[in-house]
Amino acid sequence: MEDVLAGKVIAVNGPIVRAQGLGGIKMFDIAEVGADRLIGEVIRLAGEIAIIQVYEDNTGLKPGDEVISYGRPLSVLLGPGLIANIYDGIQRPLVGISEACGSYIRKGIKLSPLDTQKKWDFRPLVKAGGVAGEGTLLGEVRESPLVMHRVLVPPGVSGKLTKLAPAGAYTIEEEIFTVEAETGTYAGRLAAYWPVRRPRPNRNRKKPVVPLITGQRIIDTFFPIARGGTAAIPGGFGTGKTMTQHALAKWCNADIIVYIGCGERGNEMTDVLTDFPKLIDERNGRPLIERTVMIANTSNMPVPAREVSIYTGVTIAEYYRDMGYSVAVMADSTSRWAEALRELASRLGDMPAEEGFPPYLATRLAEFYERAGLVETLSGSDGDITIIGAVSPPGGDFSEPVTQHTSRFVRCFWALDKTLADARHYPSISWIESYTEYLADIEDWWKTLDARWFDIRNEAMNILLEDHRLEQVVKLVGSDALPPAQQYILLCAETIKNAFLQQNSFDPEDKFCSPEKQIRILSGLLLLYRRGLDLVQKGVGVKQIAALDAVSGLVRLKSEIPNRDLSGIDAHLQRLEEALAALAAAPTGG
Amino acid sequence: MTAEIEYTNLSGISGPLIFVDGVAGVGYGDIVEIRDKTDRLRIGQTLEIDQEKAVVQVFEGTSGLSVTDTRVTFVGRALEIPVDRDMLGRVFDGLGRPIDGAPQVVTDRVMNVNGLPINPWSREYPRDFIQTGISAIDGMNTLIRGQKLPIFSGSGMPHNRIAAQIARQARILTAEEEFTVIFAAMGVKFDVARFFIDSLEESGVLTHSAIFLSLADSPSIERLVTPRTALTLAEYLAFEEGMHVLVILTDMTNYCEALRELSSSRGEIPSRKGYPGYLYSDLASVYERAGRLKGGRGSITQVPILTMPSDDISHPVPDLTGYITEGQIVLERALFNKGIYPPIAGLPSLSRLMKDGIGEGRTRRDHGQVAAQLFASYAKVKRIRALAAIVGEEELSELDKIYLKFGTAFEEIFLRQDYEENRSIEQTLDIGWRMLSLLPKDELYRIGREEIQRYYMPEAENT
Repeated sequence: MEDVLAGKVIAVNGPIVRAQGLGGIKMFDIAEVGADRLIGEVIRLAGEIAIIQVYEDNTGLKPGDEVISYGRPLSVLLGPGLIANIYDGIQRPLVGISEACGSYIRKGIKLSPLDTQKKWDFRPLVKAGGVAGEGTLLGEVRESPLVMHRVLVPPGVSGKLTKLAPAGAYTIEEEIFTVEAETGTYAGRLAAYWPVRRPRPNRNRKKPVVPLITGQRIIDTFFPIARGGTAAIPGGFGTGKTMTQHALAKWCNADIIVYIGCGERGNEMTDVLTDFPKLIDERNGRPLIERTVMIANTSNMPVPAREVSIYTGVTIAEYYRDMGYSVAVMADSTSRWAEALRELASRLGDMPAEEGFPPYLATRLAEFYERAGLVETLSGSDGDITIIGAVSPPGGDFSEPVTQHTSRFVRCFWALDKTLADARHYPSISWIESYTEYLADIEDWWKTLDARWFDIRNEAMNILLEDHRLEQVVKLVGSDALPPAQQYILLCAETIKNAFLQQNSFDPEDKFCSPEKQIRILSGLLLLYRRGLDLVQKGVGVKQIAALDAVSGLVRLKSEIPNRDLSGIDAHLQRLEEALAALAAAPTGG
Repeated sequence: MTAEIEYTNLSGISGPLIFVDGVAGVGYGDIVEIRDKTDRLRIGQTLEIDQEKAVVQVFEGTSGLSVTDTRVTFVGRALEIPVDRDMLGRVFDGLGRPIDGAPQVVTDRVMNVNGLPINPWSREYPRDFIQTGISAIDGMNTLIRGQKLPIFSGSGMPHNRIAAQIARQARILTAEEEFTVIFAAMGVKFDVARFFIDSLEESGVLTHSAIFLSLADSPSIERLVTPRTALTLAEYLAFEEGMHVLVILTDMTNYCEALRELSSSRGEIPSRKGYPGYLYSDLASVYERAGRLKGGRGSITQVPILTMPSDDISHPVPDLTGYITEGQIVLERALFNKGIYPPIAGLPSLSRLMKDGIGEGRTRRDHGQVAAQLFASYAKVKRIRALAAIVGEEELSELDKIYLKFGTAFEEIFLRQDYEENRSIEQTLDIGWRMLSLLPKDELYRIGREEIQRYYMPEAENT
């Protein structure tokens, strides 16, 4: 049923092409445009005319050039070989492109997203003859040392499993199984296409209760996100959005990472590409690249492909979710995606809403974030997708449309603060402006580690909030004018900021902080607060406490104590207690 | 395949755009040759095309064109320029045509000025430290070979001197390799161009530099091609001839204004401050043409200069630039007014590629920590100064007073240097330690114990 539709270009305006004569073409079908067969997608139909957005540079395209379509929607190829790969926005393999045409991306190049020659060791897990429904687990393939690729019956197919290949090595194009369905026979292979704009189905959605551990103290302790949750990282340029995204992609405990570089810098993607094969995940001793899929549509690559890149990424994420994995999607940056939407809308002559963005911006954002979640998959297992989107508000102004609409659809908001970034306090996540709605959902998980977690967190948060309030006063009268107890709060808050909130993602010990280490350090800081406050009220000087070696030493715990052995923290806290006790015994006034 | 047809009548002219009716076989982005009554040739490019009409932007402007008597030929390919090593030491206009009186360079090699996007996979991550001899840059906002690091300035501030000083002093510590400067001026005054040419000449690099001038009196639309022409030559020299090219683009604000003018002539829906919605993508197609390639020897380092209208860093031009470039050197009016050269703002300046280009084996082991501590301590100085402005300096605590002393020393000794002064990275870091040693040891929380032990100077030595 490969009906080919053929038409002609009638007008070209940047990447937007109008074509005539493609009767019967459907919305979001792929069209191949011009002599170079550039890939495009039908985004609007107006009578006889199909409006196509072209995903490649279309310089030289002219009215009269041919347009053909096979009537298929824009799809991604899902199968083993995605892991450790890097694609452009429409899933063309960048490694293959560089082998085929050198350092620059030439137009019209078409390559299979997955290696069609490579043989994968398939191991069947059921026998032919049984009933096979959507999501039935048929077998598995070792895709990378970290990822067992589960071969499932795809959505929409169910019936009798009439054939299943024996254990052996197969390419993604060889037939592995057949399902005899009412509608006909389905021949299954290791890889299959799925339309990017259609979410993959699941049985039902569940409430997320397990936190995604990121190893970043300010996130895990103060503004945690659940597995299956959504978060936004808004911040002006230079506030560290990309560095925060990189840190999360490196150290969060998801099984699979899909990193989407959407309209961002080329060198930053190169950084990920050179870093991830070298960085070792402490939990399993394997390079991080073995759990990562990358989509890179940098700012100088065609704009329409940027628009589709986040759908390509999230569809790949859903594919692994359906195997029962926990997947984290990093989209950097959703603002560039929104701008691509704006640019295309403007070329289409759409009436703009706020700041030139089309009125459907909010709907599109909502649809994207809605593809996150913890679900019961068609196979009956649990799988989840966490989406973390960076937002780049113009001028760092959070009242702009993309930040505003995004904040309506995410439940975690990690606001980056320019003042913190200027002082090179990273991650520069503001503890005043950020929020999370997942605290109540994941509280129980943390309590299995330490029953006092919630109290510790809240107490520390209160110190920071009190500090913020006092800072307003200090700005007017100076800290020396405050009563000693309040001066002491400033000291404790300062220590929390330097010893806990600030984290160095290049320090071998500090880059990832285990939940246990987070609790220990923070309870140590609270010990300082409670005992010290007591002393201050008894007349011990704030400066005497600040001058203790055991107090200034708190700042170095994060980088000197390894995650695997926390006894050093206890020893330090012991010294702190003794030093404070000594002060209590011999107060010299102050 | 189609013979070149000459069209004789325009259906309209609007700003830099002309509209030609009844055309056939014309491609999107094709180059157009336009001749007026006097046979003067202008170059244009097709922006939009449908079955009967073409919209063409004219790079030299439309002044003097009439609807009748204008002849238009569609050449059928994109804008190309010849590229060759012999272009070094020469001066060109924005479209790459010589304006120094000497003839056009003879070469078979021509390249499309729009270039092609570099495959991110094929990039080499930039890691080589460039010593500019300027402490504020080397110490705290290190420039890396293959980086794009703009200077955000304001009118009247010495951005041109800083750029010229970088061009003159920049060197790689590890190796001596072929180094060249390409200078592209968009919409700047002749004296600015003259300053650069003289300064390149004095330092002896003019003979291996290429200069592209589209000055304030040239048609604004030509500014849109100028950086692309310059970068096309840079790409040839870097990636085919293996040279290390420093590209200085000034002033990108003028470039963006030309783009706004064009967009408004086309009747496009504006986004912020009248700039088109695609300003980001357009700037990216210029700035992303920097970097290094795997397996290649050469590199392109970009130092774009832009003036922020009313020193406003949130203006769309600096804002979108900052989102694309790998950091920014921000000049600060307050420092400038104090007479400090270079007036490089301590806090908002940033080099994103610094982290991987410094440290042991590249600059010095303590470099990263010293920079982080200087930033943190100087941020504290700014807070204390704000406080002192309200309560008066006498009311400050002892520690706060020490910080003020540190702040002044930092600006007067670390930041301030001479236009001719070329500091080595060792000198820069040593000055940094002298500044930090003004503070008590306990305040240096971004620095490891070992480094403090080794470099911290007791009061007696620190004079």
